[in-house]
Amino acid sequence: MGIFDGLKGFKVTLKQIAEPRVTGQYPKVKRPKPPRFHGRHVLNRYEDGMEKCIGCELCAAVCPARCIHVRGRDNSPDDPVSPGERFGYVYEINYLRCIHCDLCVEACPTEAITESKLFEFSFTNRQDAIYTKHELVVDDEGMPQQLPWEDWREGDADLTSGWMRATAAQGRPEFGGVVQWSSELGFGERAPEMGQSELEESKASPVFSLRDILADKIFIRHGGNVR
Amino acid sequence: MGLEDLNHNFLTGQLENLVKWARYNSMWPATFGLACCAIEMMSAGAADFDLARFGMEVFRASPRQADLMIVAGRVSQKMAPVLRQVYDQMMEPKWVISMGVCASSGGMFNNYAIVQGVDQIVPVDVYAPGCPPGPETLIHAILTLHEAVRTGELTKRRERSGQGAELTVADQTVRSMPTKTGITAIRPYAAAKEGGSE
Repeated sequence: MGIFDGLKGFKVTLKQIAEPRVTGQYPKVKRPKPPRFHGRHVLNRYEDGMEKCIGCELCAAVCPARCIHVRGRDNSPDDPVSPGERFGYVYEINYLRCIHCDLCVEACPTEAITESKLFEFSFTNRQDAIYTKHELVVDDEGMPQQLPWEDWREGDADLTSGWMRATAAQGRPEFGGVVQWSSELGFGERAPEMGQSELEESKASPVFSLRDILADKIFIRHGGNVR
Repeated sequence: MGLEDLNHNFLTGQLENLVKWARYNSMWPATFGLACCAIEMMSAGAADFDLARFGMEVFRASPRQADLMIVAGRVSQKMAPVLRQVYDQMMEPKWVISMGVCASSGGMFNNYAIVQGVDQIVPVDVYAPGCPPGPETLIHAILTLHEAVRTGELTKRRERSGQGAELTVADQTVRSMPTKTGITAIRPYAAAKEGGSE
């Protein structure tokens, strides 16, 4: 029994003192979200301000949690809300049921509904949790509305975007099996990207420039021009 | 002789504010992890997110020593009386956070075995959405609860209802509670509902 035997028990503890801190200081700073994070939905609009939703209720049909409630209505010819025949008159998502599986995004034929990266929100009553169309639809700049019970930070809306579904986007056969951003108000049309299994490279950084490089690669592979 | 004669040697304030400060700075959560949400709850308590920053890292296994119940996960019909009993054993003042969509509304388990919303059994103060909610979402819910305790909205509600265990699902006062951004959270709720083409 030496006098330093007692210190042996503290070997790990003492070693950890010099290590850097791992704790994320959440209320002060937010963790960067992964590129394909599923957060609160947004209802997108076209560049001329028309809503993309055509009230087809496919999202409501595919939702496994039955959290979406859509009712369509015929557009009036004088003052149409969407370019098609019909528009989503009632659009409600119950966030106390939504499991953020993104199946609604996959099902949407017009890329009307996409998911933002916002996940820091909570409600003090059940009514707040039911988002109506007025809250889900993007504003005139194409950015999601920042509601008072949601924790938006500076720059969060820039990360908000429609991550395009895994199936052939926009009906273009050349992009079959290629994941693609949807074209969005406020973000423009983005180049397609690699599939998820090849995304190792861009995992290290959530910065868009690296994504754009990857997107250029795959764009060339599919015979496109570099932007 | 009043407090005016004391010549700046004392700070005066309401005792209630001190009590509120003590309450929201040292909430002791009862452990009620039921499913996968509990994994995120553990993550929130571990080093990466460290609920100890808000004075609440120890999840109490004894309800008498706890004042916050985080219902994390789906509540089956068989678990419901247990949950209610644990809630009844907790000391006043006590609060409930319904974590995750399963606890809040049954979520995707819309069947006979799962309670469709834990607020059918206990009064829920804050709902955290998500499946499961991330640690940040849980911390956001906890901070919302802290804010509600600090502003006293919850205790006011309890005083009005006469007992903490009464079910008040939709409360107008809590609904219009000022949030951290300073904007009153009043919703233009369901304006489109009125003439819905059902």
